Amino acid sequence: MRRKTDADRTPDMVALLCAVGARRDLDAYEALFRHFAPRVKAYMARLGGDGQLAEELMQETMIAVWNKADRFDPSKGAVSTWIFTIARNLRIDAFRREKRPDFDPNDPAFVPDDAALADAELDAREVSEQLHEAIAALPEEQAALLKLSFFEDQSHSAIATRLNLPLGTVKSRMRLAFEKLRTALAHFGDVS
Amino acid sequence: MTIRHHLSDDLLVSYAAGSLAEGWSIAVATHLALCPSCRRSLSVAESIGGDLLENISDNASVDHSWASVRARLQQAPKIAAGGTPETPPAGYSGGLPEPLRSYVGGDFDTLKWRPLGRGAYHIPIRTRDRETMVRLLRIPAGKPVPEHSHGGRELTLVLNGSFADGGEVFARGDIEDADASLTHQPVATPGTDCICLAVTDAPLKFRSWIVRAIQPFLGI
Repeated sequence: MRRKTDADRTPDMVALLCAVGARRDLDAYEALFRHFAPRVKAYMARLGGDGQLAEELMQETMIAVWNKADRFDPSKGAVSTWIFTIARNLRIDAFRREKRPDFDPNDPAFVPDDAALADAELDAREVSEQLHEAIAALPEEQAALLKLSFFEDQSHSAIATRLNLPLGTVKSRMRLAFEKLRTALAHFGDVS
Repeated sequence: MTIRHHLSDDLLVSYAAGSLAEGWSIAVATHLALCPSCRRSLSVAESIGGDLLENISDNASVDHSWASVRARLQQAPKIAAGGTPETPPAGYSGGLPEPLRSYVGGDFDTLKWRPLGRGAYHIPIRTRDRETMVRLLRIPAGKPVPEHSHGGRELTLVLNGSFADGGEVFARGDIEDADASLTHQPVATPGTDCICLAVTDAPLKFRSWIVRAIQPFLGI
């Protein structure tokens, strides 16, 4: 039997998002909104937007969550990860005015994953807990680098300049951190 | 197809974080289209973003935002269901993958190549970032790319044919990640022209003074 953790006491985000996707459940959406809106707004604000822009981008993100909820696939990952990718793409568009090149799984030249692996059902909540523990266990210098990378829109060379470290050191710390996280999740499927 | 040369972790993490410039991201995303193994690593990297977002500290009230978003939802038109995915034609797997195909505006059979001299051709690709130069290169079968070192990084993704460099072979889907310290001379494998995507962050430095002299005119 699985031990009780914080995640077990919070509302089940997967169930909420699936309710929005399946039947446009407004109560479920409100619960999701109250959980994620402050986080998405803080994410946008940390990336250098003023309060007004962060608010607008947060609202765009949350409306996209409503509109695209039926495309969420719980076997592919956590709700927070799915919302992160939506926020990230809107942010690139707004702050950098660049397109974000992405692959297209319906493209005829796309090489699909082996059926066996693609069908492997992951318990998204268990994966998230495992990952969270692994991130919490990272040495401070490695965790700080991940946060700079995800929250400050800085290239690794910009991070190196800012921390006054050689670029090679930044890259090797990043590699060490990522290797640990990948290993922590390896038994959930072939992610190594 | 077995890919032997994969994305480095720093590229994957930057792409997942959204901090990688558009030019590099074209090479990363096109490799991902061809490489299920790197897509699994990408989903780990994106989960890091999810975890950091989940644990960001903020307790601001959202009552006001909720009222405004709720009103916008009720005004929003009903969303049309997403189109059914196209079924890929059976057996078709060798073309230019997305997102690259859209960037160059065609597939192998419709590309408009520009001569680069010595039988090589290229197609420059426009992006909106200011730190990269992106181009599709076609190197004639059996011929070398002029020997060069870099002012910075160079990513080379093979799309057709193959090349050998430093004792290693790079074929469709393989990505070579070269930094400023490497002077190298890739040679296209005999038999087929090698088509690859090359992304650099600074003009290439050619060793030969002749190539250097005409470099400004070639735009490489």
